[in-house]
Amino acid sequence: MKKDLKEFKTFPSSTIKEIQRAANEGIYQIRGLGAKRKVPDFDDLVFLGASMSRYPLEGYRETCNTSVILGDRFAKKPIKLDIPITIAGMSFGALGANAKEALGRGASEMGTSTTTGDGGMTQEERGSSKYLVYQLLPSRYGMNPDDLRKADAIEVVVGQGAKPGGGGMLLGQKINKRVAGMRTLPEGIDQRSACRHPDWTGPDDLEIKIQELREITNWEKPIYIKVGAARPFYDTTLAVKAGADVVVLDGMQGGTAATQDVFIEHVGIPTLGALREAVDALKELNMHRKVQLIVSGGIRSGADIAKAMAMGADAVSIGSAAMMALNCNADLYIEDYKKLGTEPGYCHHCHTGKCPVGVATQDPKLEKRLNPIEAGKRIKNYLTTLTLELQTLARANGKSDVRNLEPEDLAALTVEAAAMARVPLAGTDWIPGKK
Amino acid sequence: MDFDLNKQNLREVNQHLQNVDRKKNTRKFKISNPQGQHAICAGLKDDIDVTIKGHTGYYCAGMNQKAAITIHGNVGTGVAENMMSGKIIVKGNASQSAGATGHGGTLIIEGDASSRCGISMKGIDIVVKGSVGHMSAFMAQKGNLVVMGDADADLGDSIYEAKIFVKGKVKSLGADCVEKKMNKKNIDELTKLFKKLNISEDPKKFKRYGSSRNLYNFKIDNVGAY
Repeated sequence: MKKDLKEFKTFPSSTIKEIQRAANEGIYQIRGLGAKRKVPDFDDLVFLGASMSRYPLEGYRETCNTSVILGDRFAKKPIKLDIPITIAGMSFGALGANAKEALGRGASEMGTSTTTGDGGMTQEERGSSKYLVYQLLPSRYGMNPDDLRKADAIEVVVGQGAKPGGGGMLLGQKINKRVAGMRTLPEGIDQRSACRHPDWTGPDDLEIKIQELREITNWEKPIYIKVGAARPFYDTTLAVKAGADVVVLDGMQGGTAATQDVFIEHVGIPTLGALREAVDALKELNMHRKVQLIVSGGIRSGADIAKAMAMGADAVSIGSAAMMALNCNADLYIEDYKKLGTEPGYCHHCHTGKCPVGVATQDPKLEKRLNPIEAGKRIKNYLTTLTLELQTLARANGKSDVRNLEPEDLAALTVEAAAMARVPLAGTDWIPGKK
Repeated sequence: MDFDLNKQNLREVNQHLQNVDRKKNTRKFKISNPQGQHAICAGLKDDIDVTIKGHTGYYCAGMNQKAAITIHGNVGTGVAENMMSGKIIVKGNASQSAGATGHGGTLIIEGDASSRCGISMKGIDIVVKGSVGHMSAFMAQKGNLVVMGDADADLGDSIYEAKIFVKGKVKSLGADCVEKKMNKKNIDELTKLFKKLNISEDPKKFKRYGSSRNLYNFKIDNVGAY
């Protein structure tokens, strides 16, 4: 920008461009992935570490447990994961079969779970996943009792962080013959899923629905309830009341295959504040650690995971970051990014089905760019790195189990983060809003 | 073989019915005193006959595969939800979301069905001898909904490739649902269905409704339809 020109603060050039695009096209923007705006997040927290008043563990020698048991409230067969990092629900349809297989391969090697999505369970995914969580969504695309019994856990999806209150969307260019067949839809239509379940409407009904799912699966499978971060205190309370074994809380930074940009950027609250509210609810009910809490939405590093666990999460789930480990937004096939009008690092064109790196596509030529075996190794490497980072931070805070991390280990760098996470502003004992 | 839900718990009954030994066990069962309990006969997967003597709660016969289940009473929300195959007969009335998301098999309701009957159905045949409530066949994808009585408002809203046949009055049609010509093929299909189910009705007295397919792809010109 030239020095002597003054940009409108209310109407920066990006806003002017969007107004003019809307004026020309008369329709909202649809895109993939999560919020691009800056919100308070785990980067706004730091660990205090050990010193005179706390005793650290030997960073390279002493053991630090990472395993977690999910779903032991009611289920006969809870899941024991080796690491507290799971792969979030992403549909076959939104992602190609190779991507789904790669996620399963990488997760299985690390002893953790992956999750289906809006569109049912594929053989590739079941075959490659040691632990597979089967989602029950409002659309019920591909839902059948045989797959329900094959699953290791069932996740009732009430909402997702990218769009709490919205239904799934998969545009026609990704509804090929196989995807359409699995969803019982005509090929090439713009699939816009329902946002409410077809056979229950509130937590009292959901309690009965969960009873049915347990009856069908011999009370063996852990039942998760996934909510978008809307009113986490009440939503978590109601999920516990409805009989969840596990609550999955997805903050606003969580991704999606496709939805309106206005929805992604303006509905739901950040993961940081949502997590604290959910933990408050579990503690008030005396259900913390009895109903496990998985948090997702913008988790990128072992530091994010350690901070989430210190705030009270039992595990985390990664979606967008896992896609990036598969090569989403990698510096490859630059010409194809340009054709989409974007560049590596900026791409959110999952909705087009023209993913340059073969992750979020059903185009056979593009899909070949993702080798599921090599990509599975990258997922394994990424999960390994996250785990090592998580253990490093836990040991530095004197913890022999990552679930022993606690809010007392944290300080906030901003007033906003201190208020949301309810930890003191660094260098003070001040927590905004707390007497 | 008889079960009494006054004396046995639901888990015990369902577990038995879900694991019938084809060679050893009887294939005919009766359940008495259901007392409106939920998820009775959910998740059955063998071709057995079950008679329920009384009213049931939510999700009776949910996700049924192969079994033939007759309920001598009324049923709560979501009877035969996500049914894959088999046959369910409700002698009384059904609450909302009857046959929701069903992929196959046949659901017969001899009384009335409440709202959202056949919501998101994916291949099931539903026959309602009475009337259906509002928003029935909402987002219905495949299969047939046959109504011998009337249909309340917004029938077939956002319907895909399912077919709706109504003998009585339709209060209103939902978005993208239109009346379609009842051609010979449709009459033959309905005749075959009635014959299979031993129903004496004249298919020619029914009107057919289905998707105009205008909303299959999102076009800004259609935004007023929602």
